[in-house]
Amino acid sequence: MRKIYFRTIKVTALLLAVNYSNISFAQLNLNNLSNLNVGEVHGNFQADAQYYIPDSTIGADPAPEKMLMNGFANIIYTKGKFSAGIRYESYLNARQGFDSRYQGNGIPYRYATYKADELEVTVGNFYQQFGNGFILRSYEDRGLGFDNALDGIRLKYEPVKGIYLTGFTGKQRSFMTQGPGIVRGFDGEIQMNETFKKFADKKLILTLGGSFVSRYQKDEDQTLVLPENVGASAGRFKISRNNFSINGEYATKINDPNAANNYVYKAGEAIFLAANYAKKGFAVSLSASRTDNMNFRSDRTASVNNLLINYTPALNKQHTYNLLSFYPYASQPNGEFQFSSEVNWKIIKRSEHKLDITFNYSGSNDLDTMRLNPSTDSTLQGYKASSYFMGEKVLLRDCYFEVNQKFGKKFKMSVIYAYQEYNNKFLKGASDAGSVTIYSHIAVVDMTYKIKPSRAIRVELQHLATKQDKQNWAYALVEYTINSNWFVAVLDQYNYGNTHKDGNGNYDKRTHYYNVSAGYNKNANRITLSYGKQRAGIFCVGGICRQVPASNGITLSITSSF
Amino acid sequence: MKKIIIGLFALSIFTNTAKAQNTEGRALPSADLKTVEGKTVNSSKFTNDGKPIIISFWATWCKPCKKELDAISENFEEWQKETGVKLIAISIDDSRSSGKVGTDAKSHGWDYEIYIDQNQDFKRAMNVNNVPHTFIINGKGEIVWQHNSYAEGDEDHLYEALKKIAKE
Repeated sequence: MRKIYFRTIKVTALLLAVNYSNISFAQLNLNNLSNLNVGEVHGNFQADAQYYIPDSTIGADPAPEKMLMNGFANIIYTKGKFSAGIRYESYLNARQGFDSRYQGNGIPYRYATYKADELEVTVGNFYQQFGNGFILRSYEDRGLGFDNALDGIRLKYEPVKGIYLTGFTGKQRSFMTQGPGIVRGFDGEIQMNETFKKFADKKLILTLGGSFVSRYQKDEDQTLVLPENVGASAGRFKISRNNFSINGEYATKINDPNAANNYVYKAGEAIFLAANYAKKGFAVSLSASRTDNMNFRSDRTASVNNLLINYTPALNKQHTYNLLSFYPYASQPNGEFQFSSEVNWKIIKRSEHKLDITFNYSGSNDLDTMRLNPSTDSTLQGYKASSYFMGEKVLLRDCYFEVNQKFGKKFKMSVIYAYQEYNNKFLKGASDAGSVTIYSHIAVVDMTYKIKPSRAIRVELQHLATKQDKQNWAYALVEYTINSNWFVAVLDQYNYGNTHKDGNGNYDKRTHYYNVSAGYNKNANRITLSYGKQRAGIFCVGGICRQVPASNGITLSITSSF
Repeated sequence: MKKIIIGLFALSIFTNTAKAQNTEGRALPSADLKTVEGKTVNSSKFTNDGKPIIISFWATWCKPCKKELDAISENFEEWQKETGVKLIAISIDDSRSSGKVGTDAKSHGWDYEIYIDQNQDFKRAMNVNNVPHTFIINGKGEIVWQHNSYAEGDEDHLYEALKKIAKE
């Protein structure tokens, strides 16, 4: 007994000693080290923990671990032209809805960068995008569990003002490991007005760019002769003059038989064009794209969101209200024709009665293609385009109208109506006759009332009406901002129109998905605690989607920047 | 017992690091951003002739971000008169919506400098987790204040902080 006490005292003394040295270090750091210029350490931190409660009514499965937690911290050191950083990540185990290949702890991201004025060298991990991303985008979205960072060497060089060159070689991240392929790329961009004195004061602003990316992966296939090096190239431009601007990009990829395109040898192609007009208080934007066989990965056998080298942007409006994004669209790199148009108009500018409207119409179709007869298709092209325009199959239509109005200093309101047509069969593989194509009418009312300068109440009412899939939904949210630090919110999403019946003739799927949450915010720290049910579905942010299972439980989230 | 001691130890380390987490004196990190017209600008070159700068991270799809920028916009002339501030709005829109950044900002009538952080290099360098995230840079180019998220009335707190920083 006594021995244990002694040991405890010893340990305490040791820890205190370490701790005090730590305090003095912290003070030293603040007061002296900044003068000595040994550099600075900064970073951020996020942790999300969920305690799972099984719920058979919504199909929420129990988690054998009961509690799952994902977290990460970025720590960046900078001193003058040098910077280095790491990201520690922890998945114990990955939360439901994240790929289970995210498992354990590690430092999958570390880098060092040196930037002299015109030259920048990075070794280790980096994220890079060329143009709009049609042939290269390595990117992260931690909330969605997406990360295809490159690991290798990257050089950026600006030989003349206005000319930007980037070259790299690396391997891509695949969860806690790396993919088998090697990715190499080069990009050049010239900003004409900066490079040429002649153009310097011209109203016309012109930027041109071109890029090339190639992937090497050994061919180990027994039956097919697969190209080991697959190259993709792209060219782009952007022109603006006064209130107008136009930009476009064209990309091609040589034959690249892979799991995602069913091993066809057809070359890939993508074209994108956008035009904008904007003056103070009024704007119009139009865009269209055609994508054909542009699935490009650093492992030709990879699927879903794993080891993607490129990115084909979806052009439809990005919705954040729950029922507006109930049927989310993800771009179809194998083939799609998209268009989008939007008008923004601020009708009343006086701040107390401000009124603005937004109208958006966007959609997507398949391509006008013809399947080739396998007996005559000796080069395994798979299909060919019958015309350059859209096919007959509608994948998405979204017609959206939004009005924002302020009523005096205290009250403001948004009203939205949208009509959506969603090809559930093509996009999610639905086979059930009642949900092949979903036609839905969605209405949203969002009201904010300011009680005091820092106290406000916000009410969101949403309704989705459809005869397909799970029929009608209603949604209500009340959010109370107590002061600039604290908030509480309650929401319920109710599938009141579900006509599914059990054996006794009772409606058994009219489920409530309720959620209660409270949060604390101060400076760059945020803590939220919530309890409730989450419906199963696809959640998309920033063009990346993931399937989330139904769940029920308590969630704690902490984010901090320092 | 041992667990408690270790727990307290961990806690005190945390509070210590919290003390060290003062952002005072930190210079703006370097990252390449794009103007709406397509020109390249490096974040380390942001200046405002010795007067403060507000840097606000936003996105066209982020409603609270736009609410914050709208709320600031209503009194921005007064803020400028009082402190000489300039506001730099950094959009984290990707190529899905980056084409709409300029049109969106103009139709809102914002008098801000707008840049696009298309692959989030500046967001990473500034350790931003989520948008909106707002910083104040003092006249010496140092990050001295930051705040994550937007609630009604937060613009008043931002203005209070700004006035204090402008006087220093």
